[in-house]
Amino acid sequence: MTLTSMILKMSEGLGRTCAIFFLTLLFSLPLGLVVAALRRSRFAAVRMLTRMYISLLRGTPLMLQLLVVAYGPFYLFGMSVSRNKLVPTIIAFALNYAAYFAEIYRSGIESIPQGQYEAASVLGYSRGQTFFRIVLPQVVKRILPSITNEVITLVKDTSLAFTLAYMEMFSIGKQIANSQSSFMPFIIAGVFYYVMNLVVAFVMSRFESAMAYYR
Amino acid sequence: MNILEIEHLRKQFGDREVLSDISLSVREGQVVSIIGPSGSGKSTLLRCATLLETMDGGSLKYLDRYAVRDTGSGAEYASQAELKAVRSCFGLVFQNFNLFPHYTVLKNIVEAPILIQKRSKEEALQTARELLAKMGLSDREDAYPYQLSGGQQQRVSIARALAMSPKILFFDEPTSALDPELTGEILKVIRALAAEHMTMVIVTHEMAFARDVSDHVIFMDGGHIVEEGEPDIITNPRHERTIQFLNRFN
Ligand SMILES: Nc1ncnc2c1ncn2[C@@H]1O[C@H](COP(=O)(O)OP(=O)(O)OP(=O)(O)O)[C@@H](O)[C@H]1O
Ligand SMILES: [Mg+2]
Repeated sequence: MTLTSMILKMSEGLGRTCAIFFLTLLFSLPLGLVVAALRRSRFAAVRMLTRMYISLLRGTPLMLQLLVVAYGPFYLFGMSVSRNKLVPTIIAFALNYAAYFAEIYRSGIESIPQGQYEAASVLGYSRGQTFFRIVLPQVVKRILPSITNEVITLVKDTSLAFTLAYMEMFSIGKQIANSQSSFMPFIIAGVFYYVMNLVVAFVMSRFESAMAYYR
Repeated sequence: MNILEIEHLRKQFGDREVLSDISLSVREGQVVSIIGPSGSGKSTLLRCATLLETMDGGSLKYLDRYAVRDTGSGAEYASQAELKAVRSCFGLVFQNFNLFPHYTVLKNIVEAPILIQKRSKEEALQTARELLAKMGLSDREDAYPYQLSGGQQQRVSIARALAMSPKILFFDEPTSALDPELTGEILKVIRALAAEHMTMVIVTHEMAFARDVSDHVIFMDGGHIVEEGEPDIITNPRHERTIQFLNRFN
């Protein structure tokens, strides 16, 4: 197999790699905000459950979580295992990343000075108005560097989808490597991830400079 | 007419009572200064009055609206809707300004009138620009707070409070975060407001200013009002604690 045909074959999986990447962000970024809110709930039981959720999802391998989401329903409830591998992949990724994002949001929310809440309260802002107009925009600016770190990790983590035999770029590369007894596919995969992360870093730095208009 | 009426206010943090039996009323157009040593409860009193802190006993009333009623055994807060109406009666200027850093000067001032008081955008903008002109900041409406000096930020925060047309304006040490030079410009603004008969309650360590600008001075210590009266209590205090405290300023 020539180098070009290896690259072409692996690029066919890039669409799926991107699907995992974008769908995970689409679901986990807002879900993380919900988790962060529950983490600060008025009810101690809700706070405790949320803490357990975060601790569990950050404390166990994503690979294991993929297996649990995909095969758990079968072992627990005898439900048939669906042939669609994208859905369980996205569910596991989104739940996992939401836990990380929730902690980032939380640290950001806690870094906003109390005076901002007080100024808003005296002006008559409701809790929701205060959060979405005053607090959240400032939180986003502060946490952008941490979010960038997670997004870069996510690019590399997409390769874990091979666990469920969801044939994204890396899984295809692995197959080729096995059948051709070649190390080349791994180098190609490395280049693909590196280039994707260059793009991520560029886009995120654009976001950061878009928020640099105030301090 | 009384704009603000506080009766028998009591506040504790844990087991420690930091305000005991505070009663205070402020008439329309009156300027009241509150002085006293650090930790005497001045800020806590303003924070109770502006609903940032919950009081444990006593009553709090703006015009004829009760925010808090005295139940004898405690303090009963009015409904959320009622408290919202009460909040529109007062404004508060903080020691460290608390401007919204992600908004321009103009947006800091106009957002609340438009969003909370449902004023028209044109009207809110016009009011804001008039206030900025009064504060000598007409040329800075597009600046962000970090681009302003402390004195300018404090003037913006005063404009932000005034834009809501409060019936009474509270100041908690409005010049304590500023250099002496910048202090002067803020005191000038407050003097101008006093000349327009704006009703104000000012916590301050600027004794000469308090004497000049106020109609009534309150000296607090240890959570109590120890002495109050005409501004000349600053030059001629009667109570032993007041004399001690004021001696440190001469
Ligand atoms: N959130 C809080 N929790 C516990 N104690 C508090 C809290 N806020 C204030 N206190 C205590 O209440 C007392 C009154 O504090 P307050 O800030 O009202 O004093 P102050 O007169 O404004 O002092 P300063 O001149 O230093 O601003 C102090 O002993 C302070 O330690
Ligand atoms: Mg204070």
